[in-house]
Amino acid sequence: MALPKRIVKETERLMSEPVPGISAVPHDDNLRYFDVEIHGPSGSPYEARVVLDRRLPHGAPKIRFLTKIYHPNVDKLGRICLDVLKNNWSPALQIRTILLSIQALLGAPNPDDPLAADVAKDWKEDENRAIATAKEWTSKYAVPGSK
Amino acid sequence: MDSDEDFLSTLSSDDDIMLDDSENDDMSNGDEFDDAFDEDPDDEPDLGLQKQKTPVAYDIGFKVYSPGDIQQQQEDMMNEVNMILEMSKEDAAILLRHFRWNKERLIEDFMDNSDKVVEAAGIVTSVANPPQLETLDGFMCDICCDDDEGLKSFAMKCGHRYCVNCYRHYLTQKIREEGEAARIQCPAEGCSRIIDARSLDLLVTPELSDRYQELLNRTYVEDKDTLKWCPAPDCENAVECGIKKKELDKVCNSTIEKNGGCNHMTCRKCKHEFCWMCMGLWSEHGTSWYNCNRFEEKSGTDARDAQAKSRVSLERYLHYYNRYANHEQSARLDKDMYTKTEKKMVQLQSASGMSWIEVQYLNSASQALQTCRQTLKWTYAFAFYLARNNLTEIFEDNQKDLELAVENLSEMFEKPISELADSKLKDTAENLANGMSPNKL
Repeated sequence: MALPKRIVKETERLMSEPVPGISAVPHDDNLRYFDVEIHGPSGSPYEARVVLDRRLPHGAPKIRFLTKIYHPNVDKLGRICLDVLKNNWSPALQIRTILLSIQALLGAPNPDDPLAADVAKDWKEDENRAIATAKEWTSKYAVPGSK
Repeated sequence: MDSDEDFLSTLSSDDDIMLDDSENDDMSNGDEFDDAFDEDPDDEPDLGLQKQKTPVAYDIGFKVYSPGDIQQQQEDMMNEVNMILEMSKEDAAILLRHFRWNKERLIEDFMDNSDKVVEAAGIVTSVANPPQLETLDGFMCDICCDDDEGLKSFAMKCGHRYCVNCYRHYLTQKIREEGEAARIQCPAEGCSRIIDARSLDLLVTPELSDRYQELLNRTYVEDKDTLKWCPAPDCENAVECGIKKKELDKVCNSTIEKNGGCNHMTCRKCKHEFCWMCMGLWSEHGTSWYNCNRFEEKSGTDARDAQAKSRVSLERYLHYYNRYANHEQSARLDKDMYTKTEKKMVQLQSASGMSWIEVQYLNSASQALQTCRQTLKWTYAFAFYLARNNLTEIFEDNQKDLELAVENLSEMFEKPISELADSKLKDTAENLANGMSPNKL
């Protein structure tokens, strides 16, 4: 099946004007798949690798964290709780916007609307300790060279 | 609140031919429903409770509205607002929905600060050009990135323009899959402009338009405090009476639809968990003071005169009847789930590596569920006739246990495949099936 024009356009746009702190590379054998590396905003304890499956233009893309991450809004399987991926998805939203939203989520974890309840609990009890754990997980699982 | 005479007296018809046609259709449908409704009371299971037929004080007057009537009421209000505030009928409709059909407040607020009201409701005022499809040179759709020449496009007054196909797809998805109608926004990010009925008719198929209208009627009935849907299954009429009691989530006030057999409800909006039957907190169920299945009769002893007594007996009848009817409905919904089960069984085989014979427990779970619901349903009819004594206490305890177990099973049944492989479902189903067969009751 031919690739929808929208995907071609968006890929071109992502390549020519990349988002700061985010690199998105289309998969070799399936151009709807993207391997994404996200650096959390400065001061955030996160870096992550994400896989993105675009069902554009009309369905929301499927996104999952590949690297283990200690974050109240991401569960053990790497699934993300984010409004723009669920009920606030609109076909006019671009992949760029979605990726920026995820980056923002890394910068501002929201333990009041948790997906990973245990992480959220830690977060509320002792934020400093939780951030330390998040840093540790990042260096263990997500920094390039680690596995 | 408006009186009904208001709706009925202002039967001014407007210019919209298409709408008029559909109204006529609806009206004829409405007549059929009325007929069906007239016959209904005879079919009702009469448990011989009301012996006296003379009208009594607790009889509350009510009116029945067919879907056509409901639509007509809305039309009348739209026409009225449209005349007073000099705006298009579609904009009036959006404003009315925004104000939950409180016409007086709308007009008052609008006179006060029209810009603010219009902004909050998601209307962009401009000259009343009828919405139309356009073909623009050099247009590229931001959704599909198509830029073919002659591509038809559409934009609401906010100017966010997309091609017809994408717009149609977007609306179809909103209406069909999300059941959204009154607040479908422009697809553009952050644009809160609401699509109006006339633009929608331009873009989608007649079937989808009908569905849209149906969903709008639903919001209308839900928004009006005095209106309530007829509780009979498959009945499309609304009932108006003085009692204001609605199936609202008490926490966030959104309306809730039960789409599975399980009575453990979780609000999609605020995640409040409650029991469908008694609307109480789910967390209280299964604790010592759970009494969802029991009718509290202490008020009955206080009743002095005959009127209060018959009211109590009516309430008592309703208590048991509601639970009876609810289990009947749940059984039907559970049955629907079962039709999906076969597919699930196949998926489960591939997902968990179980063999065909191993996934058979889904099948038996569904059957156990059906039997249990059937039993539960009739226990309420049974309980209705029971005199209060110690044995009824034991009976109600058993009933409670069964009910809890059934809700558990029903809940597990609705879980996604990944969680189904958990053997808990299997055990519960088998326990229940075993518990049912000697029929302890």
